[in-house]
Amino acid sequence: MKANLLKFSFWKVVGIILVTAGVYSSIYRFTHGLQESTGLSDTFPWGLWTGFKLWSVCLAGGGFTLCAITHIFNIEQFKPLARPSILMAFICYLLFIFALLFDLGKPLDIWHVMIMWNFNSVMFEVAWCVMLYTTVLFLEFAPTILERFHLTKTLKVIKKVSLVIMIIGVLLSTMHQSSLGSLFLIVPAKMYPLWYSPLLPVYFYFSAIATGFAMVIFGSYQSARTFGRGLQLTLLSKLALYSAIFTIALIVIRFTDFAVNGKLQYLFVPVQETYLFWLEVVIGYFLPLIIFMQKSLRTNRKWLYIGSVLVVAGAMLNRMNTSITSLLRTSNTTYNPSIYEVSITLMLVVLGIFAFKLAVEYLPVFDEVELDEKVTDMGEALPDEA
Amino acid sequence: MTKQKGLLFDSTLCVGCGECYSACKTQNNLKKTSDDCMKDHLSNETYTVVEDHQGNFVRKLCMHCESPTCVSVCPVGAFQKTELGPVVYDADKCIGCRYCMQACPHSIPRYEWSSLTPRVRKCIMCSDRVQQGLPTACSEACQPGATIFGDIEDLRAEAKKRIKDSPDQYFPEIFGLEEGGGTNVLVLSKAGVSFDQLGFASRIPKEALPELTANVLEKLPTVVSTGAVFLGGMYWLTKRKNEIRQEKLNNDKKESL
Repeated sequence: MKANLLKFSFWKVVGIILVTAGVYSSIYRFTHGLQESTGLSDTFPWGLWTGFKLWSVCLAGGGFTLCAITHIFNIEQFKPLARPSILMAFICYLLFIFALLFDLGKPLDIWHVMIMWNFNSVMFEVAWCVMLYTTVLFLEFAPTILERFHLTKTLKVIKKVSLVIMIIGVLLSTMHQSSLGSLFLIVPAKMYPLWYSPLLPVYFYFSAIATGFAMVIFGSYQSARTFGRGLQLTLLSKLALYSAIFTIALIVIRFTDFAVNGKLQYLFVPVQETYLFWLEVVIGYFLPLIIFMQKSLRTNRKWLYIGSVLVVAGAMLNRMNTSITSLLRTSNTTYNPSIYEVSITLMLVVLGIFAFKLAVEYLPVFDEVELDEKVTDMGEALPDEA
Repeated sequence: MTKQKGLLFDSTLCVGCGECYSACKTQNNLKKTSDDCMKDHLSNETYTVVEDHQGNFVRKLCMHCESPTCVSVCPVGAFQKTELGPVVYDADKCIGCRYCMQACPHSIPRYEWSSLTPRVRKCIMCSDRVQQGLPTACSEACQPGATIFGDIEDLRAEAKKRIKDSPDQYFPEIFGLEEGGGTNVLVLSKAGVSFDQLGFASRIPKEALPELTANVLEKLPTVVSTGAVFLGGMYWLTKRKNEIRQEKLNNDKKESL
């Protein structure tokens, strides 16, 4: 392990540089205020950090979908993928909270949300969902930690309530993913028509599901490569198909919305918004569909990986477009994220990847199946043979 | 019921003297930000400005919506629509998410970006004065009577009357009558000069904007309860299905033995 730590690979060096820069930027942000540390302004009050928050939650979509599939719909074959996706979602939500602390004007007053309630506010719903769902994710992930340290008693207690936790988790995710889209419902006059729609909550929910599956593929591929593990190719290619189904649904409803609400002409206006829209749908929807809809490609590990990267990149672009691109025109201003905003965001991404790697290395994240099989082997198979 | 107060700004009467601008600064203890009010813009130290749009003078300030988006979107309820009409803000509650700034259809709230404990800043329609039965500082300072203070019902009637009496002098619409469900600040413009040309936000729907999110939020209890029943039901069904399959497998095994 020590030798491993001292070995400097290219990505390790990049990571260390980014985190160092990020720490410096963080100190700068909290000592100099938002004026000097961000490109935000009165006419453009939300920027890169808000965009980051939106897509980090979107990328967490695998957590609740895989939980639903394995622990609620009882489709046992996907169980090996449940833990990595819960871990991924947990990390994404923690990153959301970190980004929020940078973005809030008065981060020390964040607890106000717990005692000062406004039920009319979507942001209030978002805040409570984040608090509760992050707790739920921790409880969902706890067995992995408890197993590692052989804390059987606590493990038993958690397993007893796990179904309730899982159901609450799926419900909170449904509320939270969609409500991030609802945040923008109140600015119909400010948003560019290609992104504004009364169906924004549905878009956000569906794309979180499609992207969540892609993230599970991406995470599995990366950890298989890093730790030399085998890849659950059959399972992952099934997830690719599920992802494609939700992508098709997204295409259908988004373009139907354009047709019904007379927005089709905006698809061909030669302005920046149009280019970014097409980039978003080509990367996030059409290219991955071409890959995932063909069995030969989605069962090929390289293509499967490329497809998942495209879906994730498309979702990131979609969240950035929704929260930044779509609001620029009416704000009559420009927004250029500052070097501090960029470096803090990159630091958060690096820390997220690092946390995932660390957890996979030291905790039984990908080993649950083997453990489960051992347990059932002893519990059921033995008397059978006898 | 107490009568709501409001402001009527008639841009045909405004001479651009900037007395409202100065009075506002004094009333709210705001720092001096510019020598020429015409060159200033709304900021954390400026609640109202007078703008020159090709010789047409127009004031910008918080519109004090009847159903304010800032009040509805604030997660901690830092904004409040008072009984008398002014929309006020409590900095002690605010956590700084800036959703109010993003959501405001008129893009009015400003932020103390350089502060380490920043506040949102905007016109509060001299709420303290109004409470005491006084007019706002800006309307009191306005010599030509371009900004007048009064009961909102009276002001609406007055605005309509002015347009009706001199249709050749006024643009035939009142900004603030229906925008986003109506506002407590009304604006009249010169004939031939639309509100777009005066720099007001266009495309604001007629309905109260908070309804757009309320429509979604009110569906939540249904979504959550049906969701819980669906998920619980699915769990029971799929588990039973797996059990039956397992039993069948076991039976088959026993038979083959």
